[in-house]
Amino acid sequence: MTAVEAKKVPDNLARDLVLKALYSVMDPEIPSVSIVDLGMLHDISIDGSRVEISLIPTFLGCPALDIIKGNTEKALMALGEFTEVDVRFIYNQIWTTDRVTEEGRLRLKEFGIAPPPRELKDGGWEVDCPFCGSPYTTLDNIFGPAACRSILYCRSCKNPFEAMKPVSNLM
Amino acid sequence: MKRKSCHGEAVDAVQIKTPEAAAENLNYKEALINLLFQLSDDDFIVAYRGSEWLGLAPHIEEDVAFASISQDTMGHAAMFYKLLEDLGVGPVDSLAHARTAAERKNAVLLELVNGPGTYIKEPQYDWAFAVVRHYFYTIAKKIKMVALMSSSYSPLAEAAARVNIELYYHHLHWKTWFSQLMSAGGEARTRMEAAIKKAFDTAGDLFSYGNMAGDITGFNLIDESSALQEKWLEQLKMVFDSVDFALPEQLGIKMGNGRDGQHTKDLEEALSVLSEVYRFDPAAAW
Repeated sequence: MTAVEAKKVPDNLARDLVLKALYSVMDPEIPSVSIVDLGMLHDISIDGSRVEISLIPTFLGCPALDIIKGNTEKALMALGEFTEVDVRFIYNQIWTTDRVTEEGRLRLKEFGIAPPPRELKDGGWEVDCPFCGSPYTTLDNIFGPAACRSILYCRSCKNPFEAMKPVSNLM
Repeated sequence: MKRKSCHGEAVDAVQIKTPEAAAENLNYKEALINLLFQLSDDDFIVAYRGSEWLGLAPHIEEDVAFASISQDTMGHAAMFYKLLEDLGVGPVDSLAHARTAAERKNAVLLELVNGPGTYIKEPQYDWAFAVVRHYFYTIAKKIKMVALMSSSYSPLAEAAARVNIELYYHHLHWKTWFSQLMSAGGEARTRMEAAIKKAFDTAGDLFSYGNMAGDITGFNLIDESSALQEKWLEQLKMVFDSVDFALPEQLGIKMGNGRDGQHTKDLEEALSVLSEVYRFDPAAAW
């Protein structure tokens, strides 16, 4: 029996450990939000000392993807339970902003990014200012400093701010 | 898998789910590779041309928007190259950087320079041409992605569904520019009309599948080019009507059919610039 097999934990416990580790991997461009809360996690598959994670990219051109992959591998190896860690991005699932969790929405706001509008009303947006909560905001640029973000302006507290760009299956 | 008969009538829909399954039929695999090069090379070169505008766009918001759109588009190219890598064609980086102009299958419209000069030295880029090129291409790409969502190659169908969603904001963006510049009159209108003419003179290969068209459509990888081109022209006509402009009568391939490797020196020059760092050390990890 090898050392790894000796300290092997039951799969359901291992799964909890893995999930906990994944919650510690943050989006490098929004360091308050984990990849799980962003809705990027698709599947965890554990087979003895081997773990396989499939992630859904937010935007295909997102330059943070490689960093996320690397950080995920590091976090899983650090658990000391696995000898083989396989993290891959899959393209057969579509990421939409509905996948962002309640916790993720809170954390986005905490970082100064308005969470994505839940519903598109007649193609328009309703975004509250993440700083003062006012709905009196205007869209400055659909495109922002990251693929997933737009630039807005709050007419109440006179702050420019960013919002997560709504992405839906209806587009 | 059944092959189509020579007259191209419908065959039983057979889904090919993996690269390994695609490799079982050499003709299928060859047609698939050819189509994937068309899709990836299109996005790759048009994203490069878009990125050359960085710092030169008409205003700062446009600089941010155009850069973001080009980054998305480069991501799409990378994904299509990845599908080729999965088929054993070669690693993504070398597919993107190490192929000569004659090996490229992008449409010629997408490779043409943005204007005289370079982004470093005296760029006299033509914004009207940028708007027309990117708008026309985005509409064409969206039509292709929707068609590809029913492709017989499942990984491609799934990838197309992903790309399609990201095109929503690109399309909105270019449509706004196109309509506003066309409605502005004066120099804007004159330059837009010249750019439309230039685009129509060369865009005849946008929907061409080149010399493997028979197999590409025969294997149900994508719909017939004439059907897709018709949709594209219909959409353009609706927009043209709204800005009171007649659709040019003919689409030409004045500078060649890019799908068959016919290209301009603009592409050769672009490749030598964009692959300079790659060629310096092809083994480097990015």
